[in-house]
Amino acid sequence: MYSVLKGASYILAHTPDMVIHNGTTQTTQRTIDPESEYLKNLDKSLRTYEECKAYLPNQTYIGNMTPQELAGYEQPWFLQKSEHTEREGKFGEIMPEDEFIGLIAICDVFDLVKLEVNFANTVRSKLESHSLINPALLKALEKGVALPEVKQLIEDTRVEPLYFNGNIVGCIKAAHDIDQSLSAHVIFENLVSKASCVLSLLHLIGKTEVNAEEIDYVIECSEEACGDMNQRGGGNFAKAASEMAGLVNATGSDVRGFCAGPAHALLHAAALVKSGTFKHVIVAAGGSTAKLGMNGKDHVNKNMPILEDCVAGFAVLISANDGVSPEINSDIVGRHTVGTGSSPQNVISSLTAIPLEKVGLKLSDIDKYSVEMQNPDITKPAGAGNVPEANYKMIGALAAMRKEIEKSQLADFVSEHGLVGWAPTQGHIPSGVPYLGFARQELMDKKLNRVMVIGKGSLFLGRMTNLFDGVSFILQQNSGAGEEKSVSETSVRKLIADSLKDFAKHLQGDEG
Amino acid sequence: MMLRDKKAIIIGDRDGIPGPAIEECVKTAGVQVVFSSTECFV
Amino acid sequence: MDLENQKRVKALAEQYGPENIIVILGAAEGEAAGLAAETVTAGDPTYAGPLAGVQLGLKVYHVCEPEVKDEVDSAVYDEQISMMEMVLDVDDIIKEMSTIRDEYCKY
Repeated sequence: MYSVLKGASYILAHTPDMVIHNGTTQTTQRTIDPESEYLKNLDKSLRTYEECKAYLPNQTYIGNMTPQELAGYEQPWFLQKSEHTEREGKFGEIMPEDEFIGLIAICDVFDLVKLEVNFANTVRSKLESHSLINPALLKALEKGVALPEVKQLIEDTRVEPLYFNGNIVGCIKAAHDIDQSLSAHVIFENLVSKASCVLSLLHLIGKTEVNAEEIDYVIECSEEACGDMNQRGGGNFAKAASEMAGLVNATGSDVRGFCAGPAHALLHAAALVKSGTFKHVIVAAGGSTAKLGMNGKDHVNKNMPILEDCVAGFAVLISANDGVSPEINSDIVGRHTVGTGSSPQNVISSLTAIPLEKVGLKLSDIDKYSVEMQNPDITKPAGAGNVPEANYKMIGALAAMRKEIEKSQLADFVSEHGLVGWAPTQGHIPSGVPYLGFARQELMDKKLNRVMVIGKGSLFLGRMTNLFDGVSFILQQNSGAGEEKSVSETSVRKLIADSLKDFAKHLQGDEG
Repeated sequence: MMLRDKKAIIIGDRDGIPGPAIEECVKTAGVQVVFSSTECFV
Repeated sequence: MDLENQKRVKALAEQYGPENIIVILGAAEGEAAGLAAETVTAGDPTYAGPLAGVQLGLKVYHVCEPEVKDEVDSAVYDEQISMMEMVLDVDDIIKEMSTIRDEYCKY
């Protein structure tokens, strides 16, 4: 039986200070021209936490609005007022930066994070009221140090300072003096990724009926690498995050594939569950600080706020068929292969028309495509266009080339089978997965029959190949056959006992 | 012929036309591709 | 334009002579195409990269422009590019590219 999509969680951490100090657009600019106007005025373009929460695409990401509701608002969305401003959402939350720094400290198990004592105490009291954070974890925030000590560390050693509201509130030390793979910069990025992954896992467990102890395996699929100089990228974020989230019976591993990572990881998870190897597998990822403010210069030039001000995360639970949740149809899988090439039509065909054709389906037989769901508010001013819309146009254009629709019907195809984008440009985060939470509900409500999830990845950025990559798969309504009932020992005994009784009665009857 | 015998520098775009696709195409017009890259804004 | 790509463009123009170079772009929309074209002709408008203030004036086209399309093998163009003509705003791209070429192209 097919495995099912049992639940999904989505989190954001609003991190404006990390935009300034850790986003690569800003750090590069600081290297080239530290006196540039862009850097000098950057703080004026950053949003407050309240503004970040009141941003329509963010409220959609955490599940308080549907993509359909978001589409009802005129773009650009940063100019629109949102009815929703909540921190908590159906799928997760938007965490403020101070609490997120606290969570980073909690996730540090090597005494590398030093927080200023007053900040640590304030954050600890805030996190005490967080329903998902185990009080035992808060002990990590009892080791605050005096501000002069933090400043001394920043002066003497190569550390990454931690800022909140522009003030130094702590720092992250290097884990090794010489090893670049354990530098303060790398440890910082990895702890951010781990912390945002942990928060996603906690929300997933908190929002599904499955207990933490029942999780067998976790696949982490971010774009970071952890290890030392002898095994840079050795891993294993999955297990490190599972430990923090209390998934005591889980092991796990990391899957990488640039933005296509989550789609690959979901295929792995679906196969592990369908084969019966594991019953509950989580696919999860935290976000990246490198991409904060990635298109900031364009946003500032156009008098917009810097919209890439959140680290994002997600977690998805793939489980044995429960007879209710949407199934992952692993018989219809699209793959961009080595031989596919990089022409856009070959790429999109390999992921959509080719796998569908094998089972006799047309492109229009998929009710909704979940593609690269980047928020157009972010990408359009930066010259990358409307990424999800371009993807839908490609699928529509392919349908026209295959004579499945008329060329004049292209716009209708896009609006019927597409969605607007709402995910932050955090690489792997927008890729196919942001729609899973909504798709699960819509498939269970029988509003949709089939959804195709597509992940695409720019492998060439790693300079190991010029190839592109991608995989796709289908979510479908549950066939309703229910969980496979294995014949238990008790039921076998009962069957034997019943037939022996019958046999005995039969013998008695013969005698009588 | 504008392209023939020129040295071509290709700057493709992940969300537009990727470098290798442009390369395949312009090679047929007799250019020598001296550099090909694909940019990514997302 | 990516800083490393700017460095390569500058070095290749020096190596082969700017008059022998043609830059072919694949940008997703008009404004981005225009900015990239401006970078290799008038210099990096963001003043961030090696081409800041460097007026190479290179010949530059988007792959979807008719000047390029007319000279390449049409079967290969169909296979590699044609579908994207339905996706991209080709008219806007042509408009942006022509404006930049008219103003800054030296060859």
